[in-house]
Amino acid sequence: MSVLAYLVAVWLLLAGIYGVVTSRHLVHLVTCLSVAQASTYVLLLAIGYRSGAQAPIFGDIPQSTPVVDPVVQALTLTDVVVSATVSALLLAIAVQAHKRFGSVDPDELNALRG
Amino acid sequence: MALASLAVLVPLGAAIVLGGTTSLRRRRIADAIALAAATAALGLCLALVARSSDATVVAWLGGWHPRDGVALGIDLVADPLAAGLAAFAALLTVTGLVVALHQVDTASHLFHALVLLCLAGMIGFCLAGDLFTIFVFFELMGVSAYALSGFRVAERAPLEGALNFAVTNSVGSLLLLAGIALLYGRTGALNLAQMGDALATRQPDALVAVAFALVACGFFVKAAIVPFHFWLADAYAVAPTSICLIFAGALSELGLYGVARVYWTVFEGPIGAHGEAVRDVLLALGLLTALVGAVMCAGQRHLKRLVAFATVAHMGVLLCGVALLDGAALVGVAVFVVGDGLVKAGLFVAVGALEDRRGSVDEHQLYGRGRDLPVLGALFGACGLALAALPPFGPFLGRALIEDGASHQGLGWVAPLLVVASALVGGAVLRVVRTVFLGRGAKPPPTHKAAVEEAGEDPAERERPARASVVVALALVGLGLVWGLMPGLVDAIAPSAAHFVDRRAYAAEVLHGVRAGAPGVASEGPTATAWLYGLASAALAAVVGLARTVPEGPLRELHSGRVGDYVAWLATGAAIVAGLFAITLG
Repeated sequence: MSVLAYLVAVWLLLAGIYGVVTSRHLVHLVTCLSVAQASTYVLLLAIGYRSGAQAPIFGDIPQSTPVVDPVVQALTLTDVVVSATVSALLLAIAVQAHKRFGSVDPDELNALRG
Repeated sequence: MALASLAVLVPLGAAIVLGGTTSLRRRRIADAIALAAATAALGLCLALVARSSDATVVAWLGGWHPRDGVALGIDLVADPLAAGLAAFAALLTVTGLVVALHQVDTASHLFHALVLLCLAGMIGFCLAGDLFTIFVFFELMGVSAYALSGFRVAERAPLEGALNFAVTNSVGSLLLLAGIALLYGRTGALNLAQMGDALATRQPDALVAVAFALVACGFFVKAAIVPFHFWLADAYAVAPTSICLIFAGALSELGLYGVARVYWTVFEGPIGAHGEAVRDVLLALGLLTALVGAVMCAGQRHLKRLVAFATVAHMGVLLCGVALLDGAALVGVAVFVVGDGLVKAGLFVAVGALEDRRGSVDEHQLYGRGRDLPVLGALFGACGLALAALPPFGPFLGRALIEDGASHQGLGWVAPLLVVASALVGGAVLRVVRTVFLGRGAKPPPTHKAAVEEAGEDPAERERPARASVVVALALVGLGLVWGLMPGLVDAIAPSAAHFVDRRAYAAEVLHGVRAGAPGVASEGPTATAWLYGLASAALAAVVGLARTVPEGPLRELHSGRVGDYVAWLATGAAIVAGLFAITLG
């Protein structure tokens, strides 16, 4: 694949981290974290991509057909599951913060310092 | 070998049973199942240590053995250091579950399930021989640890601590994954041994350097290396005591184990020739961590945060040991992990017992209120001296071997800096003995939190859990002290450490099933200089113990509690480390 996919991965990472750093809303923060995590999906898929190759399912294509790398796709799937777990946990924290303290601003939790 | 798989599967299976069934919700049943599973895992790990001391145990899951040096399957590899660390994590988990027996805030079968998941993750992380499997287990232990640190969701602080913990560590693990992806792109392999073989024949280039930096930074976040450490004090200060001791004793250390394992199996080939550049960067990070952690530790009046920063400081000492990139210093690291981990775990339990008795962990509120708790006071004193590396106890032996390793490489100036760090940490604990248990020194201004006073005056309710905790703390600290006195300890670990740093032997064993004989290594105990340094740091700690807490300073302002700031520091640190490696290695 062209260099574009790698640039997209870097862009997603930087944009996601910028969002996490500046976020004032827990749901926004979790979403930005997901954006940053999406950069790893793009990176993995870009590494395994081959121009003009088929999907790696050998049911009805001959064994010699060039296919894209199935390993990175499996890694990406695993990574998606891991990210979903983390997002779910963080969103649960956001719900608790809203229910108990009436705030979803990470700066207003403010119980720990120094 | 089924042993390695079982060590992961037993806690994992028990966690699934506990988490997924409704009939096991009775507290005592959950306690019994969790304790049985953790003890079984401990036994399996110890059996692995025993068996792997002859030859490394390699288990290919599903029988997918490698052919001609190409590994498609996933392997679990147990050498004595890896299995030993897994056993140590299991031991602390058993202890944590024992401490949790009497605690009200851990009365849920889900708590036990999470603890066992975390244990399965830790053991799997130690044994995995495949970089992506390492990542998966890293995430497993991470996610269960986030949930455990925020287990008391009804309070504000645990919620914030868990949030900071989860967000910063997730960013760290995505850096790790990006590094893994780059390495896979370069080598076409995920197995550590195969990656190492593929990289060994090449000159290192910028891509390998950046991949190493990304992987290392991912692990540094878990290991709380400055500037990736900010989350640690927040998370450790809010977690239940039973969890704190697992976190402080084992979880952080696993981060550094990851760096060491990946360096010596994958990167040693291409980067080893430029070892000095890597050593200097890692050593600088280690010393910075040791000093920043120690200064922050000395400035704390919140006792749990104090122990948390002691953990940061000692992670710096450990990184210094790993940074020397040599088997002899690694012996010191292994000794220090266990000795220091036991003492810190015991100290956390002691702080928990004090909190149970007096309803506070604030040094000022507790001023003089520990006068009638002589056992706990003596325990704190012993911890303070042990953390200050008083010879000949466990933490001393580890630090001394690291210092000697540095001196052998002509880095004699490292040792005095480590002395200062340990002295500040030990001194902070000794200061608590002086103010809380002896009631000496300037009385702090009265705090306007009268409500806390009452919580402690309920002795009947609190006596039993506190007594059980004190016994556990005594056992942990006692073990940590005796650890340094075990005869033949250094001789026993030295061959394993020499084997751990031998990339070719690892690759031959994993990919070709070639048994490498245990290398004959001449091991030495600590030198006379190291003994002097140990005595000096204990004496210095006693002096620090007489000083007052450090006032608010710019360093404390940096620990703002804002997750955004933490992630900004993390990103900056990662960019600097990647830049340094790319310049020096590329």
